[in-house]
Amino acid sequence: MATTATPQSIEETVIESLVTFGADADAINRDATLEAIDIDSLDLVELTQVVEETYGIDLEGSDFKKIKTVGDVVDLVVAKVG
Amino acid sequence: MRDVVITGVGAVTPLGGARGLHERWAAGETAFRDGEAPCADFDVTDFMTPKQARRADRATQLAVAAGDEALADAGWADGLPYDPELIGCVLGTGIGGISTIEGNQDSLRDKGPGSVSPLAIPLMMGNAGSAAISLRHDLRGPVFSVVSACAAGSHAIGTALRMIQHGEATAVVTGGAEAPLTPLSRACFARMNALSPTGVSRPFDARRDGFVMGEGAGVLVLEDGDAARARGARILGTLRGYGASGDAHHITAPHAEGRGGARAMTVAINDAGLTPADIDYVNAHGTSTQLNDRAETRALKLALGERAAQIPVSSTKSAIGHLLGAAGAVEAIATVLALRDRIAPPTIGWAQADEDMDLDYVPTTRPLETTDGTPPIAISNSFGFGGHNATLCLQAA
Repeated sequence: MATTATPQSIEETVIESLVTFGADADAINRDATLEAIDIDSLDLVELTQVVEETYGIDLEGSDFKKIKTVGDVVDLVVAKVG
Repeated sequence: MRDVVITGVGAVTPLGGARGLHERWAAGETAFRDGEAPCADFDVTDFMTPKQARRADRATQLAVAAGDEALADAGWADGLPYDPELIGCVLGTGIGGISTIEGNQDSLRDKGPGSVSPLAIPLMMGNAGSAAISLRHDLRGPVFSVVSACAAGSHAIGTALRMIQHGEATAVVTGGAEAPLTPLSRACFARMNALSPTGVSRPFDARRDGFVMGEGAGVLVLEDGDAARARGARILGTLRGYGASGDAHHITAPHAEGRGGARAMTVAINDAGLTPADIDYVNAHGTSTQLNDRAETRALKLALGERAAQIPVSSTKSAIGHLLGAAGAVEAIATVLALRDRIAPPTIGWAQADEDMDLDYVPTTRPLETTDGTPPIAISNSFGFGGHNATLCLQAA
């Protein structure tokens, strides 16, 4: 629990990570699909590393089953951080 | 047997791309900085998006850049000239993504297993370079990499030759890549006393004291000769033959009499349907180590007989050091361009003859003479730890 998390700070962390992974910053918004911004399963594994380290939560592969958009990712992490 | 021609070449070397290397080596330029030969001008953003670059070890980045140059040089920039399923890709490497291995080992030690990157395996794997070029250009024929230390580039090209000769592919994008300028590989080669403590690569000279490690990649486009001519391709040269052998002698030292090296050369010359009298130039492995250069001189005498003393023998490593798994590919490119321009490029810095090493090591560039007016023919040698030997036989167009 390195950081005090708010929904807004979590969204910023997620978006910052997606940009690091090579997604176009201008194309990222809550409704953008991961496919559209060229984020694949390997990127999501990297993202779990970032949020686990930042917020001390555990994410499993199965957590990502229904994830389609950037907003879905943010909501998942917000829910896990509680 | 089908003839196999070279229609494009590309490289990333410490002296620039394929043509830069050719011209600057011929001009006597060297690329050594603090005892190494880095590709200091290479900027990955010229070739890859941030996402592509993140998913490629430096060795793969170099391979992709060399591949782009080679495909453009072959006239493939606007599209593949053949069915993608009939175009292969075979690259050689000594290790693969060693900087990725080192970085992830650091993460594992410092922060635990959960911190290791999910990209680690696809970045470090020895076949990453051929995979990346295949993905980038939609090459769907046989695609894989070969690993044979410092002979890998030549083994890859020889394997590509066979694929085309046997009809498995109409064209093959082939070569080698290595990015070994990392703390671990520096330390490992230094502990073997393989590296030059003076930081000078002086192949075949009495003062030679080890190799200078470099990085880079070389990629050639090989095509079935009939197919290349049918599409009106510009042909740089012909890959006439290939020979490979194993020393079965020692894990690192070459056989002192050059037994395996000579065998590779003889097989390559026979494979080309030639005799030693047809060979006009030798691009030597010439690492600047005590053992290699002496054994290679003996191997040349064993394979070529009296012809060995009549023709120029030079080493590209005098200009750019030892590119390990990329060396054979970069040197094949340098050889074909030298043949095309009818020059024997130099063994830069060669000045002092060593005992029993009495071949013509070409201290300065000079015109390449052929005996009967046919396009000149060369052999290019590569020898690797493990006793792996590979020789390519090349002829100018």
